[in-house]
Amino acid sequence: MSKPRLVLIGNGMAGVRTIEELLKIAPDHYEITIFGAEPHPNYNRILLSPVLAGEMTVAEIVLNELDWYASNGITLHTGKQVVAIDRVRRKVIADDGSEAPYDRLLIATGSTPFMLPIPGNDLPGVIGYRDIKDTDEMIATAKVHKHAVVIGGGLLGLEAANGLKLRGMDVTVVHIGPWLLERQLDETAGRMLQQSLEDKGLKFLLQKQTEMLVQGESGRVAAVRFKDGMQIPADLVVMAAGIRPNYALAEKSGIYCNRGIVVNDTMQTYDPKIYAVGECVSHRGIAYGLVAPLFEQAKVAANHLAGYGIGRYTGSVTSTKLKVTGIDLFSAGDFMGGKDTEEIVLNDPHGGVYKKLVIKDNKLVGGVMYGDTADGPWYFQLLKDARDIHDIRDSLIFGQSLVGDVGHAGNSKAAAMADSAEVCGCNGVTKGTIVKAIKEQGLFTLDEVKKHTKAASSCGSCAGLVEQILASTIGGAYTPAASDKKPICGCTEHSHQKVREAIRNEHLTTKEAVFAELGWTTPNGCEKCRPAINYYLISTWPHEAKDDPQSRLINERSHANIQKDGTYSVVPRMWGGLTTPAELRAIADVAEKYQVPTVKVTGGQRIDLLGIKKEDLPAVWADLNAAGMVSGHAYGKSIRTVKTCVGAEHCRFGTQLAMDMGVKLEKMLFDMYAPHKVKLAVSGCPRNCAEAGIKDVGVIGVDSGYELYVGGNGGIKTEVAQFLCKVKSDEEVMEYSGAFLELYRQEAWYLERTCHWLERVGLDYVKGRIVEDEDGRRTLYAGLVAALKDAKDPWSTSREAQPLKQFIPITVAA
Amino acid sequence: MSHWKLICKLEDIPALGSRIVRPPKGGDIAIFRTSDDKVFALHDKCPHRGGPLSQGLVHGERVTCPLHGWNIGLADGQAVAPDVGGCDRFDVKVENGEVWLAI
Ligand code: SRM
Ligand SMILES: Cc1cc2nc3c(=O)[nH]c(=O)nc-3n(C[C@H](O)[C@H](O)[C@H](O)COP(=O)(O)OP(=O)(O)OC[C@H]3O[C@@H](n4cnc5c(N)ncnc54)[C@H](O)[C@@H]3O)c2cc1C
Ligand code: SF4
Ligand code: FES
Repeated sequence: MSKPRLVLIGNGMAGVRTIEELLKIAPDHYEITIFGAEPHPNYNRILLSPVLAGEMTVAEIVLNELDWYASNGITLHTGKQVVAIDRVRRKVIADDGSEAPYDRLLIATGSTPFMLPIPGNDLPGVIGYRDIKDTDEMIATAKVHKHAVVIGGGLLGLEAANGLKLRGMDVTVVHIGPWLLERQLDETAGRMLQQSLEDKGLKFLLQKQTEMLVQGESGRVAAVRFKDGMQIPADLVVMAAGIRPNYALAEKSGIYCNRGIVVNDTMQTYDPKIYAVGECVSHRGIAYGLVAPLFEQAKVAANHLAGYGIGRYTGSVTSTKLKVTGIDLFSAGDFMGGKDTEEIVLNDPHGGVYKKLVIKDNKLVGGVMYGDTADGPWYFQLLKDARDIHDIRDSLIFGQSLVGDVGHAGNSKAAAMADSAEVCGCNGVTKGTIVKAIKEQGLFTLDEVKKHTKAASSCGSCAGLVEQILASTIGGAYTPAASDKKPICGCTEHSHQKVREAIRNEHLTTKEAVFAELGWTTPNGCEKCRPAINYYLISTWPHEAKDDPQSRLINERSHANIQKDGTYSVVPRMWGGLTTPAELRAIADVAEKYQVPTVKVTGGQRIDLLGIKKEDLPAVWADLNAAGMVSGHAYGKSIRTVKTCVGAEHCRFGTQLAMDMGVKLEKMLFDMYAPHKVKLAVSGCPRNCAEAGIKDVGVIGVDSGYELYVGGNGGIKTEVAQFLCKVKSDEEVMEYSGAFLELYRQEAWYLERTCHWLERVGLDYVKGRIVEDEDGRRTLYAGLVAALKDAKDPWSTSREAQPLKQFIPITVAA
Repeated sequence: MSHWKLICKLEDIPALGSRIVRPPKGGDIAIFRTSDDKVFALHDKCPHRGGPLSQGLVHGERVTCPLHGWNIGLADGQAVAPDVGGCDRFDVKVENGEVWLAI
């Protein structure tokens, strides 16, 4: 049987993206034909601005080379405009007479520049700004003519004006509105922007209405005349007064249109065989003009074209960024506000910084930033997540770094960085390398940048910075998904939240059941989803779901930390940082017997034996077990250490028995797995020698009892733990911290440390569950105790069990 | 010339797991078993910085290196794009539940 035929009209960004998404999930489903009116393969239209500005060449912005079409078996007709769709015979007809029959049709004809209906709008020298042809014409004109007038002070107009200025023309921007970018900026920010552009040599005429374009002797446009009688010279007029969805073809073919091709949430038109995506579409009454929403549409359309029938497009919140080098401007959501919104404004005209946040019902709904946009992506994420910001409201306007993170990513500004500056310290990736990859490989998401450049792919602390670079390179094309909607990995559409809920609600207890229930696209997942699912299963159904060692990464599978040369390190537990001469003697014996090259005191108050061969691990464990020592889980997404100070046992200032409390906590939590590693500390007094302020749970003894702190982190980005509550007794310390950790175990997503989870759900939520709800707290605590009731030392169990084989190499005789 | 050598029983390799084979000469070889009982063998040395692929996580017909997470195709030993590089592969077969390796 021959394959069904899919025809795409419009070889542009939205259409081809849909084809790419389709090929990813159903590579052989269709016989594909593409018609494109332009003579080029699909290119990154967004980057026409840097091409005009002389920062890039046309060759560099091509997204899909001709051989991409060929190698995917796609028939491509460039330079052919489709002039009719015969819906009865199901075929399309192009201007050269060629025809293509279809079983499914995808329309992605984009939009066209709006040409003001004024006399002279068709003169030579009057153009829109939409494609390579327009860009080439501007570049050619700039070589021989002097005066350019750009009509329209929106994003497109300003980028055109900036480019023409850089090409040596004398440029005036004419704008009917009271300030620039009035659809993106409020007045204050608009005026600041105008000032910086004037400093670059651009001229502005605001609130001017153009009456006509005057023809010169050469036949070409020569001047622009305004309603108030003023006239200025113009050898080139660029109309950037808006775009119109290009739906004439669809409408002519009888497909229902209303200021765009009307589609439902599956991107289907009123003709069920015909889908439409991109700027030509009207979805719930909105036609989008930025690529991020179009890409979301493309994903949904591809899914339905592939016959999976999952996924709906429900509209997008967009953000924009002006791509003029040296100017930092960001806006998102509803930044104008209204009568039921509140505003927080920071205005420093001399410092060139302006920020406005619009808040409604304790949630961020919009924002404008000028001069310092470092926090743009962070605000945008808060906005998309609809996170309750009431607990961080006082410092919100100062950005993420003042909300408690002082790590190295907090104080860098992407736009101001030199190309040679190192962004990713783990992998040595510079800003220049990232920008180059974004432009040349056509990257649009953080994940793509991670994959291609390795930036932010190790410790992840520079992810925010990479997002900023992405946003400033591709403008509004960058949109993060709402956190709870981000797919876990490439194997699925489902988010961590969705998977957790399905496991609980559908009572799933094996990974196979999860894959089947949620329609995984790979046979057995990947290195990202498998460990997460394994954790969700065993934490949701303790004692019922069976642990799957093959879904754990090597450290947890071999109960030791792999080293760069393939050997392992072994860290026995020292409860609360306490040890004995006998234990030390046993450690010394092991070190000698197995010729351990390095013995080191760790930052977690215990001793590390580094450089042990894998095949020696079971014997090393046996010796340590014989001396009464057990695994320290230094390798796991699990309880690590409970650090203590000497406390009231010895210290002259001590108010509580810190060592004793620490040992009790560590014993309570032994063998506890969690979304990420968990560290505690107990100090005997507020001098806090055990550094309880940067632990997942920090306990500080005071005269009347203990103060409990949660969500601290001393790693990649230092986070100071937040005060949870004060308790009186040791039993309460165990109950509150146990309940807190159980809540974290039940609700956080895999690889979220407590600080990240708290940032997502807010401290108020956690207080509500742990401090205010006494029954709830008891239930959580009981859940933890039950889950850990027969915890065993993984060293002794894996010495007995079958997986022991993994430690023994198979030798082959000669 | 390579010769077929008997290595172990299929069940000695965990499904979605691997074992190390130590030949008389040349470095360690990792043999992998997929969920549908296909068996593959690669030099136990990641093309990135030599990580032991035998210690990686197996999924589909790929293994993720334990050191920095490159994905390597089990059938061809080649890194999955955008990473580039490859390691040697060896012929393996399963007959009557026994695994044979050509070395
Ligand atoms: C051994 C030790 C360093 C030392 O010699 O002191 C260590 C070693 C490693 N740390 Fe650590 N960390 C060690 C204490 C710490 C501390 C200090 C502490 O625990 O008080 C921190 C900061 C506190 C914190 O976690 O909040 C710390 C923050 C990290 C991080 C960043 C975590 C974060 O959320 O930001 C990582 C990376 C990760 O977990 O993803 C990490 C990861 C690692 C790994 C496991 C890297 C890896 O995946 O291979 C290192 C293993 C080295 C090896 O070759 O075996 N290590 N690491 C310490 C073991 C403590 C212990 O007894 O268990
Ligand atoms: C200079 C410039 C800068 C921009 N900067 C940004 C930015 O920073 N951020 C952002 O998010 N967006 C930006 N955009 C907008 C972005 O480029 C568009 O949103 C996106 O390209 C729309 O994709 P589309 O597929 O709907 O339309 P297009 O990419 O325009 O593709 C439509 C294609 O269909 C072809 N076509 C039309 N009719 C027919 C027909 N009948 N037969 C055959 N082919 C036909 C057209 O020739 C065109 O090639 C910018 C646009 C421009 C022009
Ligand atoms: S031990 Fe920790 S800080 Fe040191 S190199 Fe390894 S991960 Fe980095
Ligand atoms: S050594 Fe394998 S990924 Fe680095």
